[in-house]
Amino acid sequence: METAVKAKDYASAPINSKLSKEQKLDLLRGMLRIRRFEQEALKQYNSAKMGGFLHLYIGQESVAMGACSLMGDNDHVITAYRCHGHALAVGMAMNECMAELFGKATGCSKGKGGSMHFFAPDKNFWGGHGIVGGQTPLGLGLAYGLKYKGLKGAALCFLGDGAVNQGCFYESLNMASLFELPVVYIIENNKYSMGTSLERSSVVKDCLAQRGEAFLVDWAQAGGEDIYEVRATVQTAIERAHNSSKPTILELDTYRYYGHSVADANHKGGYRPNDEIETYKKDHDPIQLFKRRLIGEGLLTEEEFEKLSEDAKTEAKASVQYAEDSPLPEDGAIFEDVYFEVDRQTEAGRTGKHFFHD
Amino acid sequence: MALIEYRDALNQAFAEEIERDSNVVLMGEEVAQYDGAYKVTKGLWKQFGDKRVVDTPISEAAFIGMGIGASMLGLRPVIELMFWSFCTVAYDQIVNNAAQIRYMSGGLINCPIVIRGPANGGTNVGATHSHTPENWLANIPGLKVVSAATPYDAKGLMKTAIRDNDPVMFMENTLLYGEKGEVPEEEYLIPLGKADIKKEGKDVTLIAHGRAALTALKAAELLAAEHDIDAEVIDLRSIRPLDEETILASVRKTHRAVLVDENKPFCGVSAQIAAMLQEKVFDDLDAPVLRVTSLDAPAIYSPKVEPKQLPRPQDVIAKVLSIC
Repeated sequence: METAVKAKDYASAPINSKLSKEQKLDLLRGMLRIRRFEQEALKQYNSAKMGGFLHLYIGQESVAMGACSLMGDNDHVITAYRCHGHALAVGMAMNECMAELFGKATGCSKGKGGSMHFFAPDKNFWGGHGIVGGQTPLGLGLAYGLKYKGLKGAALCFLGDGAVNQGCFYESLNMASLFELPVVYIIENNKYSMGTSLERSSVVKDCLAQRGEAFLVDWAQAGGEDIYEVRATVQTAIERAHNSSKPTILELDTYRYYGHSVADANHKGGYRPNDEIETYKKDHDPIQLFKRRLIGEGLLTEEEFEKLSEDAKTEAKASVQYAEDSPLPEDGAIFEDVYFEVDRQTEAGRTGKHFFHD
Repeated sequence: MALIEYRDALNQAFAEEIERDSNVVLMGEEVAQYDGAYKVTKGLWKQFGDKRVVDTPISEAAFIGMGIGASMLGLRPVIELMFWSFCTVAYDQIVNNAAQIRYMSGGLINCPIVIRGPANGGTNVGATHSHTPENWLANIPGLKVVSAATPYDAKGLMKTAIRDNDPVMFMENTLLYGEKGEVPEEEYLIPLGKADIKKEGKDVTLIAHGRAALTALKAAELLAAEHDIDAEVIDLRSIRPLDEETILASVRKTHRAVLVDENKPFCGVSAQIAAMLQEKVFDDLDAPVLRVTSLDAPAIYSPKVEPKQLPRPQDVIAKVLSIC
């Protein structure tokens, strides 16, 4: 078992040591883009430019960016409702993401999904799912599809520390192990399922991944703040999926700076102390840690970091403008994208009544 | 035409579609090595092997979710629920994932799956195993719901359901699996959204789906023989999409309608049809639209009593006589 305590330097792991300077800067750029996008989204949310929920990923960027940076052509990703980081990490554009938050027709889901439901099948990204744990059987199915088609790939299925208490996750673990499916369940343990701490929701306090032992699923626990460690850890699981068609559970230690959603009023000084949040921001921030690392490696200067940060901010602001300027979905769009056959006006789509309003 | 059992008609549909499309895979509890709890999949595992006919653990949420996830990569899973009643433990997967994923992705994804199994009362298995969830599911835009009354319909509808690119919920019936009917040797398909006029008539329209269509047919025979009433019997076959035109044309002709429905009455399929009739053919009606449904209580076990809880020909006849 690996522990959260830093025992080694993951920069020297083969998957990291082979990275070029530009690839390392891309990792940093990717994390900065997630953060600046969400900071801008928060500002717009507070200006009532969007509705519903906004579950921010800020603080956890290294997990999505690290894991998704490892994806090959046949590797797939699916996650829950805190999905902006994964969406940007697989290569979705800020414009389509911000427009989705604004409920615009140019959004990645045409304004029909919202914050929790980003999708990009062309980038092997399958959402964006609103029901806690509900995506875990879908991740299983992506792995099943890969194996059925004889493709060497992995399904990276992200879930939170709250989702591990859902029943369908255990059904999925049993089947993943029984059918030998190449799925990697990545628990992003940010320590709170909404306002309930891990201590109050799990009988075992110090390890969730270990639950896989009941199903003979290999598991590991690792730190999530160091993107090198994330990559080294996830790579091991991807290789197991690719080479042995076996599942893995990884538990990555991470932290969200904001509430469960923006509407979560109790996250500061309520269910968690202010100094805990401040400690994470000061000592465990994935972007700052990686920035220091790259400066130490002689690959980055403070000025260059500022430039990357500014570029990301500029891109985020431009995405707001794009979203503002974009049209709303037309009323008729409410009835599009419900049935494939109706959308395509196939014979099946033209036969019988599909909708029952006046 | 061959005279074959309903279960064999379904079996033929599976075998033909497995042969036709390499992405079709059957999965569910006992579907492979056990030959199916009701022998609907008999022989298919032997014929097609582990890859195409897959036994799953008793984990409906996981294997239905797995089928949905696999369909996103192009597979066409045909997933058996040993009883449709068990959809309750997979409801999140069906309602939130299968039904919504196309919409929430703005049309980027579609979910070509079939979920199938028996959905009926009348077998003395108590309330937990006797649900008729076609109305629960037809309530969800994004899902299609089909119900087959005869071997001919079962095969033709199943083949179409497997080829359909949307999620189709296919309702079968344990009381019908052993019923025989004529099925053509040559290939045929029955479109979803097309009702079948099982018997033409002029005095009253009986509208039903699934086994209730056979109940309505029996009632129509007795009405003709004993009461000189010529009833038309419409079998919906497909609940969503719904063949509104055939229903309305019939009622415009007969001016009377009795709906026969093994659903419970509250928000049952027949409630939707009744609302449609009063709205669209109000002026053609010579009498109130009446319904015969299952009696509005959990399914009773008692073998001698349960048959009274489901629509019977005499219940249909009584309603018809009250308006004819």
